[in-house]
Amino acid sequence: MLLILLIALPFVGSLIAALLPTNARNAEAWLAGAIALSGLLITASFFQDVAAGKVARLAVPWLPMLGVDFSLRMDGFAWLFTALVTGIGLLVVLYARYYMSPQDPVPRFFAFLLAFMGSMLGIVLSGNLLQLAFFWELTSLFSFLLIGYWHHSAVARDGARMALTITVTGGLAMLAGILVLGQITGSYELDKVLAAGERIRNHSLYLPALVLILLGAFTKSAQFPFHFWLPHAMAAPTPVSAYLHSATMVKAGVFLLARLWPALAGTDAWFWLVSGTGLATLLLGAYVAIFQHDLKRLLAYSTISNLGLITLLLGMNSPLAAVAAIFHIMNHATFKASLFMAAGIIDHESGTRDIRRLSGLRRPMPYTATLAMVAATAMAGVPLLNGFISKEMFFTETLLVTTPLPWLGSILPYAAILYGIFSVTYSLRFIHGTFFGPPPVDLPRQPKEPPHWMRFPVELLVLLCLVVGIAPGFSVGPLLDVAVLGVLGDAKPAYNLSVWHGFNLPLLMSAIAMAGGVLLYLALQRYLLTGTEGTPFVRHMAGKRLFERTLVTLSWRIARPLEGLLGTRRLQPQLRLLVAVAAAAALAAGWDWLAAPALRLPDGLDPTLTIVWLIGMACAVGAAHQAKFHRLRALILMGGAGMTTVITFVWFSAPDLALTQMLVEIVTTVLILLGLRWLPRRIPGIDPLQPLTLPRRLSDLTIALGAGTGVGLMAYAVMRRPLPDTISHYFTERAYSEGGGTNVVNVILVDFRGFDTLGEITVLGIVALTVYALLRRFRPAPESIAIPEQQRVQNAYDSARPDRQPGLTLAEYMLVPGVLMRLLFPFMLALALYLFLRGHNLPGGGFVAGLTMAIAFIVQYMANGTRWVESRIRLHPLRWIGLGLVFALLTGIGAWLAAHPFLTSHTRYLELPVLGKVPLASALFFDLGVFSLVVGATALILIALAHQSLRSALVAARTPVSPPSKED
Amino acid sequence: MELIVALGIGVLVASGVWLILRPRTYQVIIGLSLLSYAVNLLIFGMGRLRENAAPVVEAGAVIDASQYTDPLPQALVLTAIVISFATTALFLVVLLASRGLTGTDHVDGREPGS
Repeated sequence: MLLILLIALPFVGSLIAALLPTNARNAEAWLAGAIALSGLLITASFFQDVAAGKVARLAVPWLPMLGVDFSLRMDGFAWLFTALVTGIGLLVVLYARYYMSPQDPVPRFFAFLLAFMGSMLGIVLSGNLLQLAFFWELTSLFSFLLIGYWHHSAVARDGARMALTITVTGGLAMLAGILVLGQITGSYELDKVLAAGERIRNHSLYLPALVLILLGAFTKSAQFPFHFWLPHAMAAPTPVSAYLHSATMVKAGVFLLARLWPALAGTDAWFWLVSGTGLATLLLGAYVAIFQHDLKRLLAYSTISNLGLITLLLGMNSPLAAVAAIFHIMNHATFKASLFMAAGIIDHESGTRDIRRLSGLRRPMPYTATLAMVAATAMAGVPLLNGFISKEMFFTETLLVTTPLPWLGSILPYAAILYGIFSVTYSLRFIHGTFFGPPPVDLPRQPKEPPHWMRFPVELLVLLCLVVGIAPGFSVGPLLDVAVLGVLGDAKPAYNLSVWHGFNLPLLMSAIAMAGGVLLYLALQRYLLTGTEGTPFVRHMAGKRLFERTLVTLSWRIARPLEGLLGTRRLQPQLRLLVAVAAAAALAAGWDWLAAPALRLPDGLDPTLTIVWLIGMACAVGAAHQAKFHRLRALILMGGAGMTTVITFVWFSAPDLALTQMLVEIVTTVLILLGLRWLPRRIPGIDPLQPLTLPRRLSDLTIALGAGTGVGLMAYAVMRRPLPDTISHYFTERAYSEGGGTNVVNVILVDFRGFDTLGEITVLGIVALTVYALLRRFRPAPESIAIPEQQRVQNAYDSARPDRQPGLTLAEYMLVPGVLMRLLFPFMLALALYLFLRGHNLPGGGFVAGLTMAIAFIVQYMANGTRWVESRIRLHPLRWIGLGLVFALLTGIGAWLAAHPFLTSHTRYLELPVLGKVPLASALFFDLGVFSLVVGATALILIALAHQSLRSALVAARTPVSPPSKED
Repeated sequence: MELIVALGIGVLVASGVWLILRPRTYQVIIGLSLLSYAVNLLIFGMGRLRENAAPVVEAGAVIDASQYTDPLPQALVLTAIVISFATTALFLVVLLASRGLTGTDHVDGREPGS
C-alpha cells in the first residue's frame, strides 16, 4: 500500500502544484518539499525489511489476459534509488525555492518536477518491465518539459528537443528489447526475468535483446556516442540539472544496466558492448570536460565521464566491479548534485558561469567557495572524500579484471590512470578558475553569499561526502550492503569498505593520477587562458551537428520526395488506392478458394423476392447513373434500393432491422432533400467530358465491377454454408432468463452489449453536435442564397393577382395533407411510445422509438413550416441529447450501487392496474436514454439544417443579391 | 434465395464503389449510402438467411436456440444503420460547408485544372 502511495503522491502533488496561483512560490515549495519528505520517510520505513533481504511487493491485475500486472517491487537496490530520488529531490526543492525568480511561473516548474519524481520512482519500483518502459518514457517526457522550462529561449528549446528525441528513441529501442526478453522468458515480471538469466544468455535472441536494451540505457545515461544531448540539456534551470543530471534521469540508464545485470551480464558480448562504451565515454567525457568554459557544461561532461565509469564497471562481468559501480552511483549523486547547486549559486549571485570571466570568488563568497571546493575534490577523488573510495575500488578492479583478450586487461589500468589525471585536471580547473585569482571584475552582478537556506542543501551533501569519505564502513556500509544484496542476491561478494588498504598498487595509481592531474593543469594554463572555444583534437566530432543533419535528412530530404511520390491531396486517387488495396487483400486471402471454388448450388429462387431485388438492383444502378445531373432522381432511386433492403430484412426474420432501416430511410431522405438546395446546378452538356476522363471512367468501372463481383461472391459463398456454432446461442438462450426480455436483438443492445450501445449513442450525440456546430458558421454559396425559383414563381403569381397576398400560395400549398399531418402528430407520439415500451419483448425499442418521435416532429416542420412549429412547440434537442446520455450513464452507474459491474441490468416485472404486467428492467431506463438521445440527435441535425433556409433568407433580405443567371 | 441477395449485394457494392470514385460530393454521398446498404446486408447475411425465425423467444419456455435466426449480426447491423445515418448527416453538412467555402462541389474543393 505504501508502495503505491510512494508513486502516487508525487503525481497527485504535481496536479495540485499545477493548479496553484503563479506567485505561490512558498506554497509550491512547501507542497513539493512535503511530498519529497513523506516519500523519504516512507522509504526509510522500508529499510528494516529490505535490509533483512525481503522484497516488498504489490501486484494489481492490469491485463490479466496478457499476463501483465501492475506490479511494484522494492528490494535493496530499488530502495537505494528511491532514497536518492526522494532525498535529493527534497534538497533540490529547497534549493529551487531560492533559485527560481519570482517572475518565473513556478507552478509549472514544481508540477513538472514532482511529476518527474513520480516517474523516476515508477522506474525504480517497477516490478514489471513493460511498466518500467512506460515510466521510462514518462521521465523522458518530463525531462523535456523541464529542460525547456524557459521556453522563450531557443537554446532551451533545442536542448529539450534533442534530449527528448534521443532518449525517447532509445526508450523505444529498449521497449523492443524488453519485448524480445519477454518472448525469451515468457514473462515481463522482473523476478522471473532475473531468475531466467541462464536461459536468456543462451538464447539465440540474446544479442538482439541485449543491443536494444543497451541502446535504451546508453541514450538515457548519455553514453558515447549519444552523450551530446547532456551538455545541451544544461539550458535547464540549475535545480533541474542538479536533480536530473546528477542523481536521477541519467542514472536511470545505469540503473537499468545494474537491474538487469544478473539476467544479461556475464557474456563476452556484454563485456565488449558495455565496458567498451563505458571506457570510451569515461575518457572522452573527462577529456572534453577540461576544456569547457561554462561551469555547468564542465560538470555535464564530468557527469558523462562518471556515468562512463559506472558503465565500465558494470561491463566488467565481475560482482566486485558491480559493487564498485553501485557505490559510485551513490557517491556521484552526492558530489555532483552539490556541485551543480554550487554552480547555480555562483550563476545566481554573479550573473555568469563562464570560467573565463569568473575569478577570485572565494573572497566575496567564502562559504560557498569552501563547499564547492570540497565537493570538487571529491569529484577529483582526493582521499578522505567519498569519490576517493569508489575510485580506488575502480582502480583495483581494472587490475583484477579478466578480459576476453589479455592485452586489453593490461591496458585498462593505464586508461584508468589517464581518466584519473583528467578528472583531477577538470576539478582543479573548476576550483582554481572560479575561486582563486584576482578579485572578480566586470561581472553582471556583484557576487555575494546566497541566502542561508539556498546553501543548506549543498552543505548537507558536502557533509555526506566527508562522512562517507572518512568513515565509509560505518556510515554508508549498511546502505551499500542492502543495495548490493538487491542486485546480486546470494552472489554478493565479500568486499572491504575502508579508507586505508595499505600501500598498494591502486594507491600508487591514485598518487600518479593526482600528480599528473596537477601537472597537466599547469601545462594547460596557457592554452586555457586564451579562452579558445572547443576541445583540441575532437573539435569536429560534434554530435550535435550530426544529430541536426540526421533530423534534416529525415524530415526534409527524405520526407519531402516521399510525400511527392506517394502523397496526394486529391480524394479520388486515395479512394481508388484504398479500394484497389482492399480488393487485392481480399483476392490474396481468397486465392486458394478461388482456384477451386466450392460453391454450393443455389436452392431455387422465390419469384417475389427476385422481382423485388431486380427492382432494387435497377434502382442502385439508376442512382449511380443519375447522381451527377439529376440529384432528386438519384435520391428517389436510392430510396428504392433502401426499401429493397428493408423488404429483405423482413423476409429473413429481422423485424427490428426492417423497422430501423425504414425509419432511417425516411430521415435520410428528408435530410438530403434539405441539403439539395445548397448544391450548385449541374446541367448535362454544360461541362463536356474531358478527353482524360474516359480512360479514368473505364478503370473506375473495372474497379467497381471487380469489387461488386468479389463481395457478391463472398456473400454467396458464406451464406450458402451451414452456420457453425457461435456465441449467438448464448444470447438467444439467456435473453429471457437473464435479460428479462423476449426480443433477443433488443436485449443484446441494451443489456448484453449495453456498453457498446453506450458508445454508439455517444458517437451519435457527438455527430449531432458537430453538425450543429458546423452549421452555425455555415456560409452558403452566393448563388444559392436567393429564395428558390419555385417560391419566386409562387410569389410572383400572388403579387400579380390583386385578390391575393404574397405568400398565400405557399401557405395554402398542400393544405389538406398539412392538416392531416397536424392531426397525426399525437398518434405518431403514441406510436413512438408504444414501440418503445414493447421493445424489450417485441420488435421496437429505443432506437426505433426515438426515430419515430423525431419523424413526428419533422413531419410537422415539413407540413407547416419552421416558424409555425416553433411558435407552438419548442423542442430542445440539446437537452434531449444530454438527458439521454445522463440516463444511460446513470443506469450503468446504478449497477455499481448494487456492487455489480458497470451496466449490469436488473429485471423485475411489475403488475400495474390497467396495463397489466409491465417489465421494469433497469435496461428499460437504459433504453430510455437511447430513445432520448436518438430523438435529440436526429432532431438537432434535421432542424439545424432546416434553419439554414430561414437564416439565409434573413441574410438575403439584408444584402440584396442579384438572382442567379441561367448559365451558372 | 441466397443467390438473388448475393447478386443484389454485388450490384449495390458496384454502384456504390463507382459513385465514391466520382468527382462530385453528391455522388459520393449517394455512393456511401448504397455501400452501407450492401455492407449491412452482408453482415446480416453472415447470420444466414432464414425465414420465419425472428429472434423473439417465448417467455419462460425452454429455448432451443437453433429454432431462431442468429440475433447477433442483427444487433450489430441495427446500430450500424443508425450510425450510418449519422455519418451521412455529417458528410452532408461537411459537403455543404465545403461548397459554401470553396464555391465548388468537387471532392477536392477545387475544380480540376484550376
